[in-house]
Amino acid sequence: MKIGSAGTLESNDALVTVREGVGIKIAIDSIVDAFFHDQIDAAVRGELALLGVTGADVAVADKGALDCTLRARVRAAVKRMEG
Amino acid sequence: MRRSLLFIPGNNPAMLQNADVFGADGIILDLEDAVTVAEKDAARELVKEYLNTWEFGATEVMVRVNGLSSGWLGDDLDAVLGDKLTAIVYPKADLASLRELDRILSELERRKGLAKRIGVVPIVESATGVVETDAIATFPRVGGILLGGEDFTADMEIVRTREGAELAYPRAKIAIACRAAGIDAIDTPFADVADAAALERDARVAKSLGFGGKAVIHPNQIEIVNRVFAPDVTELRWARRVVAAAADARKKGLGASSLDGKMIDRPVELRAAKILERAAACGLGGPDDEE
Repeated sequence: MKIGSAGTLESNDALVTVREGVGIKIAIDSIVDAFFHDQIDAAVRGELALLGVTGADVAVADKGALDCTLRARVRAAVKRMEG
Repeated sequence: MRRSLLFIPGNNPAMLQNADVFGADGIILDLEDAVTVAEKDAARELVKEYLNTWEFGATEVMVRVNGLSSGWLGDDLDAVLGDKLTAIVYPKADLASLRELDRILSELERRKGLAKRIGVVPIVESATGVVETDAIATFPRVGGILLGGEDFTADMEIVRTREGAELAYPRAKIAIACRAAGIDAIDTPFADVADAAALERDARVAKSLGFGGKAVIHPNQIEIVNRVFAPDVTELRWARRVVAAAADARKKGLGASSLDGKMIDRPVELRAAKILERAAACGLGGPDDEE
């Protein structure tokens, strides 16, 4: 199974891990989950769509990352997965 | 105005999202030394995303890319080139690498349809770079030269001291070449972020040689550097009196005048005018600034 991850567990960052999968599944563990779960999900989902990824299991360990950070971490993780 | 240029590690979101709030005249998002080899790709994506989404206000935005020999230069430039970027900061610059950088930039600007031409701030940080400084200063796109003290002393196999005597020659060479070319001379960062007094002394040495600004590596260095490279109260007061005395002499039909017993001729008047011009650019020059 191909896997890629990018980011850190530092404040304002997120560690994003992407595995090959069937359909898109996103698991979010965030310090601001109560307020921003849907926004994080949308940012990750949107970036995967832009990259043309249709099958992936994504784990997001979020430490308060902005959307632009999430998008960058997803992109780097997917590129690393694809080698 | 490039009094202070703050280096921001390119793979650090917490620092990137606060990059423009510390009061530096410019920021240098760093893809080179501040990023480990394993994280080059992630940093490139992060810096690209910030450049695409962030509003930096009046703060100038530059990116330090990896050099030609790293193999990452093309990917770095492709990721970060856009309308928000004013200049690429290019490490270990020499004429041969600047020619190749210019070629890649021209190609990318055409391909991306950029409305503007991206500038270059080469870092002179090798013996070869210092020898080639005059030509680097007049190279197309170059709008300033940054001295890299750490790499320069490493290349020379000499010790970098707090006093900086070993940097006297490259500093003088860069300051004069930049002045002659009409571009910015930017001094090397001061590494000890905890020693404010030593930073101020170091900045004043650079200013005395003709540098207009200094790179900084910590937000707490910005206020000192901005203050040193802006005209101080004594300079401002002197410049105002010189300009007034010269204007008065002209009214009286005199070719030269004097102030406090010293002759004011054209070079003195020009220096005073430049101080007032720089004060205005720094947001100084109101009556309160002399208090």
